[in-house]
Amino acid sequence: MIKKKFMVFLFLFINFFGICYSETEPYSKLENDIAKNLRCLICQGQSIYDSNSEFALSMRIYIKDQIDRGHSKDQIYNMLVKKYGQWIVYDPGYSKKTFLLWFIPILFFLLGGAIIYLRIYKSKKL
Amino acid sequence: MRFLEKKKITLSFLILVFFVFCFLVFNKALFKDKIYSPEFKDGKTTYLVDFSLPELYSANEIKLSEVIENKDFSIINIWASWCVPCREENDLLKSLSSLSSLQIIGINYKDRKKNSIKFLNDYGNPFKYNLVDKDGTESINLGAYGVPETFLVNKNRKILIKIIGPINDKDVKKIREIVND
Repeated sequence: MIKKKFMVFLFLFINFFGICYSETEPYSKLENDIAKNLRCLICQGQSIYDSNSEFALSMRIYIKDQIDRGHSKDQIYNMLVKKYGQWIVYDPGYSKKTFLLWFIPILFFLLGGAIIYLRIYKSKKL
Repeated sequence: MRFLEKKKITLSFLILVFFVFCFLVFNKALFKDKIYSPEFKDGKTTYLVDFSLPELYSANEIKLSEVIENKDFSIINIWASWCVPCREENDLLKSLSSLSSLQIIGINYKDRKKNSIKFLNDYGNPFKYNLVDKDGTESINLGAYGVPETFLVNKNRKILIKIIGPINDKDVKKIREIVND
């Protein structure tokens, strides 16, 4: 009898702590996706998703509000870029200031290819 | 032999140019101002967004644009009782609150009501209106980074100055110059 009571107690005890420590994900997938693409401006090297600063927590609520109002992902990014500048998004959009960023890798790739091509061509000729 | 030497010199010259280029690019990026002030640099004007927030004491909703319309110039100061630099800038704000054509609107950022009232009692209240931004979303709407942050706007909500961090004597002088004009 005691053994049975003990077993019931143990069962409830374990479940109680299980419920206490079970984590529920408070944010939806879309909210997390947006938060991952936004830089936490007052932290160093962290995204809104990573950070627990006041700024990041407010930003989370702001993102949720905007989603509830029916704004799309891109609309939210654009709104925040208007407020905080290009620095807030990790993906630098194509603009007059960032075109070098996009073209230099391609340029280097072509240049490297040209050098390799010329080397092989020359060595074959010799 | 001479041809090879010439080639060597050109190569080292090219490498040098490359490193100088890299140095200049990174140097420029390193010293560039990371803090973004909305479109001031481009010569475009930016206007403060409008929203309503509850008042600290009465909890009545106050619309920002209606309050700003009343005076020629308004300072919007985001503060919190837990923010240490806010205590230091409080004296400077008080010195500005005596100007007749200027009103100071405080936005209490993510704070407890009890603590913010205690702060105002202890350090003095420079604010004509005290608005409460409980979850910080309206501050994000303003494009603010946190506390303290100060905007100087005119009647039409055009942003004249934006100061991130506590204001100092130099800022106060600048604000006085603009307001007295």
